[in-house]
Amino acid sequence: MPTIDIDKKELFDYLGNQFDTASFRELCFEFGIELEEDSSEKGQLAEGKRAQLKIDIPANRYDLLCFEGVSHALGVFLRREDPPLYKVVPVAEPHRITVSPECAQVRPFVVGAVLRGVTLNAERYQSFIDLQDKLHHNLCKKRELVSIGTHDLDTVEGPFTYEAQRPEDIKFVPLNQTEEMDGHRVIEFYEEDQHIEKFLHIIRHSPVFPVVYDAKRRVMSLPPLINSEHSKISLDTRNIIIEITATDLTKVNMVLNILVTMFSKYCAEPFTVEPVEVVYPDGKKFVYPDLEQRTMSTTGKYLNGIIGIEKSNEEIAELLKKMSLEAKIQGDNINVKLPATRPDILQECDIAEDLAIAFGYNRIPRVQNNEATVSAPYPLNKLSDIVRREVALAGWTEALTFSLCSHDNNFAHLRRKDMGDEVVVLKNPKSSENQVCRTLLLPGLLKTVCENKRYALPIRVFEVSDVVLKNPAVERGAQNRRHACALYASNEARFEIVQGLLDEVMKSLNVISVVEANEGMRYCLEEADIPMYLPGRGANVMLIGEDGSSTELGTIGILHPEVLGNFDLKTPVSAFEINIEPFL
Amino acid sequence: MSEELKLTILKKLDSEGSIEDTTAAFKDVSEDVVLGALKSLESQEKVTYVTLTTEFWTIEAEGKDQLENGSYEARIFEAVPVGSQGITIKDLEAKFGKVAKLGQGKCLANKWVKKDGASLVRVADSIVDQVKAGLETVHATGTHPSKDAIKDLKRRKLIKANKTISYAVSKGAQFSTELKKQATDLTMEMMQSGAWKSAEFKKFNFKSLGVNPNSGNLHPLMKVREEFRQVFFETGFEEMPTNNFVESSFWNFDALFVPQKHSARDLQDTFYLTDPTVANSLPDFWETVKDVHEKGGYGSIGYRYPWSEDEAKKLVLRTHTTAVSAHMLNKLAQGPYRPAKYFSIDRVYRNETVDATHLAEFHQVEGVIADKNMSLGSLISFLDIFFKKMGMTDLRFKPTYNPYTEPSMEIFSYHEGLGEWLELGNSGMFRPEMLRSLGLEEGVQVAGFGLSLERPTMFKYNISNIRELMGHGVDLGMVARNPACRLDKKMGKEALQRPEAVDEI
Repeated sequence: MPTIDIDKKELFDYLGNQFDTASFRELCFEFGIELEEDSSEKGQLAEGKRAQLKIDIPANRYDLLCFEGVSHALGVFLRREDPPLYKVVPVAEPHRITVSPECAQVRPFVVGAVLRGVTLNAERYQSFIDLQDKLHHNLCKKRELVSIGTHDLDTVEGPFTYEAQRPEDIKFVPLNQTEEMDGHRVIEFYEEDQHIEKFLHIIRHSPVFPVVYDAKRRVMSLPPLINSEHSKISLDTRNIIIEITATDLTKVNMVLNILVTMFSKYCAEPFTVEPVEVVYPDGKKFVYPDLEQRTMSTTGKYLNGIIGIEKSNEEIAELLKKMSLEAKIQGDNINVKLPATRPDILQECDIAEDLAIAFGYNRIPRVQNNEATVSAPYPLNKLSDIVRREVALAGWTEALTFSLCSHDNNFAHLRRKDMGDEVVVLKNPKSSENQVCRTLLLPGLLKTVCENKRYALPIRVFEVSDVVLKNPAVERGAQNRRHACALYASNEARFEIVQGLLDEVMKSLNVISVVEANEGMRYCLEEADIPMYLPGRGANVMLIGEDGSSTELGTIGILHPEVLGNFDLKTPVSAFEINIEPFL
Repeated sequence: MSEELKLTILKKLDSEGSIEDTTAAFKDVSEDVVLGALKSLESQEKVTYVTLTTEFWTIEAEGKDQLENGSYEARIFEAVPVGSQGITIKDLEAKFGKVAKLGQGKCLANKWVKKDGASLVRVADSIVDQVKAGLETVHATGTHPSKDAIKDLKRRKLIKANKTISYAVSKGAQFSTELKKQATDLTMEMMQSGAWKSAEFKKFNFKSLGVNPNSGNLHPLMKVREEFRQVFFETGFEEMPTNNFVESSFWNFDALFVPQKHSARDLQDTFYLTDPTVANSLPDFWETVKDVHEKGGYGSIGYRYPWSEDEAKKLVLRTHTTAVSAHMLNKLAQGPYRPAKYFSIDRVYRNETVDATHLAEFHQVEGVIADKNMSLGSLISFLDIFFKKMGMTDLRFKPTYNPYTEPSMEIFSYHEGLGEWLELGNSGMFRPEMLRSLGLEEGVQVAGFGLSLERPTMFKYNISNIRELMGHGVDLGMVARNPACRLDKKMGKEALQRPEAVDEI
């Protein structure tokens, strides 16, 4: 969620000085933004500093990412003003950007606009820069999809070209630098720059770099990295040309529209923008920006229904005005005009949310929905609970360990070999503790004992939870399996203790040991050479069906002293781990 | 022996009415034996007693020497002859050894003698040996009337403090001269012989803790999970099959109308897999999902970007259980319309750097209600009921953004104790782009809500570090100590601190 800093006094003045911090926080809550912090609260304001409000903005509301946007939106919400109507004013000969064919290889799209007769001051200038930063970070996906260049129009000359050139052929002085650099040098130079360095990957491996030139072949920008020093904007700049390059045509238009609508406020004629024409190699011409209002049609029935209110179409139209949306009623339909500032509105449901906000979430009447449905537990979870209770009643304590672990925990530490057919491997873990999905619960329990050495022996812990196993036969290539694992750590291994617990669990599942019965569902221990157990003290736990077929459930044994050493344990441990899914 | 003593005490009390000082009365019996007998008699309410303490002083070995032979300084004074000649220090040391050193200091300080070159000569004509006199008084009376004298002798380690303890005894409420053996417990033998009928039971100390049962324990997080499940069962919800941690991006993101360039899909936030890497297949409606992303549909303009099948096939560890909800809704859509309520509580994964409030895996509680009449109003009404069962009333809702719900609401509850609004979870109406691509007919509204299981658990069990709640680092003693979970009761910070129970598992 993006956070913006707003000058408190300026905003409170703009809203007619009716708020203090607490009541403004309430207003934000109602409107769906969040006042995170007022820098003058708790006496943390340094001398000579103006109080700033830190406000969290929902990730889809690009129109609220600057002072200009938030102040208008709240002003309209409070019915202090009408939403501005943004206009593209026709000019006889619009500025033109011609796109060269090579751009298609690296960054195919460009759009533009001109802001005429702007009056900047330090605050407006900063807000303009900050908004570009926020847009670059969020909507532009760290400049990968879209990057913005803004220039003092009076320092350059049209028509402009958008080209892709070999790095060595591009020469200019980047913004705030004095050295003339070519494309290679730019990459090398900004390697050291914490801010720009993050964007180098977008073009560095491309044979050609995107570049914007003016009519005199002066570089204006090297998107998505840096503008040129020559065309930079200052507080005295009166005319601004904006060029925005992109790999995503939808988003580049959203970015352009947000930028021009927010800052056209400071034009000689407020809320007007001059167009820029873009000509593609195939001769196709487009004029930007497109500030035409979209119209979305909805109905009172739908809007009332989804919110749970009963408002007439006229009341709905009135409420939508608070959200800067103008609605016209046409029969049963409500036709809503969507300003260029609201690309987040994709569907009627987005209008419904605005209406709900205008109405007030906390004024929506409670309506109990009485549709009868039948509850049911998931059978596997019900089975798990039976086993969990049984084991806990027998005196074992439940652990809750992570399902991710290191590869060694799951294999080498247990003296097991990875045959490549079992374990799911993560691509991008931040810690070696998260290399693979466990295929056994045992390592987590051994680590639990290791972390709890301070307690008197014996330690009895168990877990009933999922492991993950590769399975090429299923849609996702892997599936969970519900295991039960219990261990006993004491001065003596006492195999018979975990064995007794296993007997108890089996009994609770109505499965009898072959020692006690020779028909029905039975289980037995089959001595086996299992490397994680002490030789001669490990066995497979086998389930024998009524038809005599046998299935391996898991294993039981006294853990091999080397395994214990790997988990930093000095006491003997015996354990069993079984798959409980056959008992479903 | 002790029975005998008890009887003697009782008889003496019977004849004399009281015993003023047990030391005087029972000279040959040690004090602790007397006390044992008195305690036993007191527990039977046969006697009451008060403790008498007397302090007295005894003379130490060095003190005994000085009591017999005079103080060191007196001895030195005597050794110095009258006259200006005096005696050399060397001679003194030869004669008295270490006493010479100790004694002459005092002699000089008392101005009994003075130094004259290497010799000591007399100053005083005669002296009084106060130390010896003091020791004689202590020897005779066990103490000394002058506090300063005691202090001085004690400082010189000539005497030692001693205490005698004795007791003044009087008759108790149940006084008699008869003694009966008291039983400490009811035994099988007593039951069989009938001895319990005439037995007198020893008084029980109720201000004590019992013996710790070596019981097993369920994990607190799982106890809270059980409470939540119960609330879901009470309100008509069916539990979803969430036992698949590995999910395709398609189900985890695309089917939920999360665009492919959304930041939640970054490597920074989501665990991707190298083995296996991609899903074997996509469900048959994948092209519907592709279309709604690329071109829109169902009244939506869509996201208008080129959708990639390869991206959708990438496997991830699910970042939310909503992936499973999407499955269930898709399954629900296969049959004729019916209202449905689903819930799940299970693990989800985020590629987080672990700290006090973040884990790479945690539990998500999720509920989904599909119904033609579902509205924000009925969702709010349901959430009121749901959270009230957890003792949380006074909810309020804040508009928020979520890529797959619209309208969306964050759920807050006012907490009296903390004096602030706590964020409980997130909720909203699933977007039509998602529901319709999953196959649900127009008009079926689906509300969803979710919260983490760890947050309320930490709150209820007063745990401030999430790493103390989940994973192998969890303190098993914590698991054993924690009370049952009753979400509708005050727990943790809300309730009084419980005393730490015995550290046994």
